[in-house]
Amino acid sequence: MSDHLLDGVPYARFLGLQTRLSGDEITVVMPFSDHLIGNPMLPALHGGSTAALLEMTAVAQVALSYPRLRLPRPINVTVAYLRTGRPVDVHARASINRAGRRVAHVQAEAWQEARGQPIASLTAHFLLDDNEQL
Amino acid sequence: MSDSPLTAILPQLASGAAHTHALDFAFEGLFDEGRPRIRVPYRPDLIGDPDTGVLAGGLVTTLLDHVGGLAVWVALDAFRPIATLDLRVDYMRAAAPGRDLLAQAHCYRLTPTIAFVRAWAFEDDPSDPVAAAQAAYVVNEQRDRSKGAAA
Repeated sequence: MSDHLLDGVPYARFLGLQTRLSGDEITVVMPFSDHLIGNPMLPALHGGSTAALLEMTAVAQVALSYPRLRLPRPINVTVAYLRTGRPVDVHARASINRAGRRVAHVQAEAWQEARGQPIASLTAHFLLDDNEQL
Repeated sequence: MSDSPLTAILPQLASGAAHTHALDFAFEGLFDEGRPRIRVPYRPDLIGDPDTGVLAGGLVTTLLDHVGGLAVWVALDAFRPIATLDLRVDYMRAAAPGRDLLAQAHCYRLTPTIAFVRAWAFEDDPSDPVAAAQAAYVVNEQRDRSKGAAA
């Protein structure tokens, strides 16, 4: 089930995301596809597709580590774009810095060929409580 | 500004790339003293939470990133290669299921190298936002093709 955490999320399917589980760590892969291109001249991935990958990776990792009835909902998200996203696959992993009863703080990184050369990083808070509105 | 060459290509800049085309982004015009506005239609394949039908946070981020880029070009009154440096999005409330989402942005400070932008996403009223963003963009020289990246 955990290998398919994002399969029920339509936007994850739109982006073509693939979830891989290794122990308690999720890696999400966004295989290159033409419809992810934001700059046809370079060409380069749209920063928004990379940001969405990072956010989905964070959601999946939080949902795996802190299972609730509902998916975690983003409160705020900060994305830093470190390198141009080239037209190849992108990988992402998230780590949870703290999770309380209501809120989790998460970091995530996206990279292409080299893990040590991330193309973008994310810092975010998510609401965990099933009974609370954002 | 309304008859500048830039204004004529804003619809193309809003939806001309493969990603923005796949999302059906549409340029709505300039509102509230020259703030560019984009619409993304509600679609089932853009949902982020299947239990509620709420559009994905990542889609909202993409919309805000993109409309922010348009605001930079409006401030420059020209098309130049730009790249998003960073983007913070606060989600104030869930987007209403079944409703199109609008976003508009304002470049409130432009230096020779950096553009500072605020952007908002909403269904009807910019003062009742679904999400608000604060972003910075690097502005490149027109000739420098090696570093440019659209938002």
